[in-house]
Amino acid sequence: MRILYFAWVRQKVGRAEEEVAPPPEVTTVAALVDWLAAQSPGHADAFANRRTIRCAVNQEFATPDQAVAAGDEIAFFPPVTGG
Amino acid sequence: MATVRVQHAAFDLGAEAALLAAGRTDVGGLASFVGLCRADDGLAALTLEHYPGMTERAIEAIAAEAEARWPLTGCTIIHRVGRLPPGEPIVLVLTASSHRAAALEACAFLIDWLKTRAPFWKREEFADGRERWVEAKAADDAAASRWDQT
Repeated sequence: MRILYFAWVRQKVGRAEEEVAPPPEVTTVAALVDWLAAQSPGHADAFANRRTIRCAVNQEFATPDQAVAAGDEIAFFPPVTGG
Repeated sequence: MATVRVQHAAFDLGAEAALLAAGRTDVGGLASFVGLCRADDGLAALTLEHYPGMTERAIEAIAAEAEARWPLTGCTIIHRVGRLPPGEPIVLVLTASSHRAAALEACAFLIDWLKTRAPFWKREEFADGRERWVEAKAADDAAASRWDQT
């Protein structure tokens, strides 16, 4: 599973991307967030307020209950502010 | 099919508009929106970050939605990334149609949806050295929601 981070999520985690292999019970975005948040103090800080984080699975916006699997590209970022 | 570009370089509104009308006689109106970097509260520059790949796909999906809702003859969306000082253009939305209403409405729709659905993030840099990430605004969500279809 390839994880990408953008904007302040990237700054708090301390990296732009990483390869992870969470345990098999991690099957949804919400479960992945719980697992990632336990990986380092930076991850915990980035995911401290879940309501401020948005997610994309394979480059499509995703909800917390969406399924994730090995091989997916999953991105976490703040609400968008372009335009 | 819309023209979508995410780029560092500036864009030329006149040249892009001319391209939408070139070689055809069915275009009755062109509408444009250009978003500029505004110098609020001592802002020195904005830095725009995006998600290469997803950003282009998201803009193409937004453009396809506009083309499904209005009879456009063409559509161009260019969004800049990187560091942009006040006064610099950030985003260009251009729509062409046989009649003005479709061009004007589609242009407004596109910038409203771009602001809330395309993955870009702005970081503000101030003259005194402070930096902060721009937070999403409820007013932008409200502007985008007026295009919701039930």
